[in-house]
Amino acid sequence: MERTISRTFSLKNVRTHYCPGCGHGIAHRLVAEVVDELNIRDRVIGIAPVGCAVIAYDYWNFDCAEAAHGRALAVATAIKRVRPENIVFTYQGDGDLAAIGTNETIHAANRGENLTVLFINNAIYGMTGGQMAPTTLIGQKTATTPEGRDNHQGYPLKISEMLGILPAVKYVERTAVYSPQQIMQTKQAIKQAFINQLENKGFSLVEILSPCPTYWGMSAQEAMEWIRDVMSKEYPLGKIK
Amino acid sequence: MRQEKITKEKVLMTGNEAMARGAIEAGCSFYAGYPITPQNEIPAYMAIQMPASGGVFIQAESEIAAINMVFGAAAAGTRAMTSSSSPGVSLMQEGISYIAGAALPAVILNVMRGGPGLGNIAPSQSDYFQATRSGGHGDYRCIVLAPGSVQEAYDIMPIAFDLADKYRNPVMVLSDGMLGQMMEPIQITKSPRHQPARYKKPWALTGCRNRKPNVVKSFYIAEGELERWNLELQKKYQAIEKNEQRLESMFSHEAETIIVSYGTMARIAKSLVMKLRSRGKKIGLIRPITLWPFPKKGFNSLKRNQKILVVEMSYGQMLEDVRMAVGDKFKVGFLGRSGGGIPKETEIVRALERL
Repeated sequence: MERTISRTFSLKNVRTHYCPGCGHGIAHRLVAEVVDELNIRDRVIGIAPVGCAVIAYDYWNFDCAEAAHGRALAVATAIKRVRPENIVFTYQGDGDLAAIGTNETIHAANRGENLTVLFINNAIYGMTGGQMAPTTLIGQKTATTPEGRDNHQGYPLKISEMLGILPAVKYVERTAVYSPQQIMQTKQAIKQAFINQLENKGFSLVEILSPCPTYWGMSAQEAMEWIRDVMSKEYPLGKIK
Repeated sequence: MRQEKITKEKVLMTGNEAMARGAIEAGCSFYAGYPITPQNEIPAYMAIQMPASGGVFIQAESEIAAINMVFGAAAAGTRAMTSSSSPGVSLMQEGISYIAGAALPAVILNVMRGGPGLGNIAPSQSDYFQATRSGGHGDYRCIVLAPGSVQEAYDIMPIAFDLADKYRNPVMVLSDGMLGQMMEPIQITKSPRHQPARYKKPWALTGCRNRKPNVVKSFYIAEGELERWNLELQKKYQAIEKNEQRLESMFSHEAETIIVSYGTMARIAKSLVMKLRSRGKKIGLIRPITLWPFPKKGFNSLKRNQKILVVEMSYGQMLEDVRMAVGDKFKVGFLGRSGGGIPKETEIVRALERL
């Protein structure tokens, strides 16, 4: 019988620690599938963030480093510079990439480091208990915006659009994981971001709108619908650069 | 062990340049740094010489980025270094803690200036506590080396990288603005002084070809896991304390009075010791070269009737280590200045008279 699907080799056969309905599992698997399809498992190096995905290396079956909160792109910059033959990517949440690590993000992008960046935007701090993120929507209730985020707490930060104006940035696309179609689109974008690195084209970033039902106070399905109906209005999907 | 071919070649250079040159000759192939006075000669030297020797130079966007770049380069198995001065090294402390926690070898140069805060750019030794007591969060130690001349600043770099690789631990070279800016003729060691093959790095991130994946991390969340790891680190620190104490001792066995100083301060003390000895005074010097591990062994054989004067460009930081080394059996005097003040010979003589 023809084999049509098998376990993703770059993903370990272990139990997940993520909450039911969390988007990280989908994103982890897409990364692993792309690594397998591009046949780069033996030379890929992943950088795990601080946040819910802190133990991403417990799921991925290839070399990984941790990075201090926000510093993944500094760590990745150095690894890629000293080992250009390796394929280096970071996997970072919104607090990591767009708050504490904004400086590292902007400057790695502005140097045009030949890296692949996967930016998981769920508009909240999950690991620490649902606090406001730089990407939290206006009106969104969090542990630190109990009345809903208002202008005094800043506007949702469009880091991808900001990076898009930098001359050294090669590729920026925003996708989501709320439907099978969008998941396939996300996989295509992740693949493109890796192919760009393989072809030495420079800095590539995919922003993935991802659900956090636990701290959004929604069911898994409601969370997916909220991305489709609300979040993707604030963060329009598509190629930014 | 090392096969060194010493030539007659002498080169005039600053302490900062000497450390940069020594690092490259020791096989350092990655440098990231951020401008700060009084260490700017180091990145300027590296910007030219690192690419020329096939290595990587990056001007980072901050000291925070610089130390995390060093984390990455070290994780990838290269000899990596950064340099800064006091306020910048404060910013690096989080990253140094991660390097220690992940057991990565790396070298950090601190060309100390006056503090606290922005302080000033004058030479100082007031980061002694920060350097020797870990500086960042968690139970860890940096090996701390304190060169006392431009020649030693050059010579100490391969030792720093070897210790880092041997123990998989951050090594801080603690210099100061005086030593960094001062020019002296130094003797260059011609042949490569490093033997990278001595230190295999099977843990490094190179891609998992023909092996299981490697993970470089300092995160141990499972029950009891972090305590077990910390005990491993403690074992390592005990081995370092046992094996790696370094000091220079001058006339300390026969002297009635012994000055204890390191770095620039020891240089001043040394010339005073020679001067006073030529006048018949029985005086000696102990110069710690490793500040951590503190070279306690240099104090073991002292006799109770010997007096000790600790002289620092800070207000009694190394003094605590000397007191711990000798216990309460000895009279320990102290002279310190900070914020740009450097104890003068006349002040040291007065302090000796007061003992």
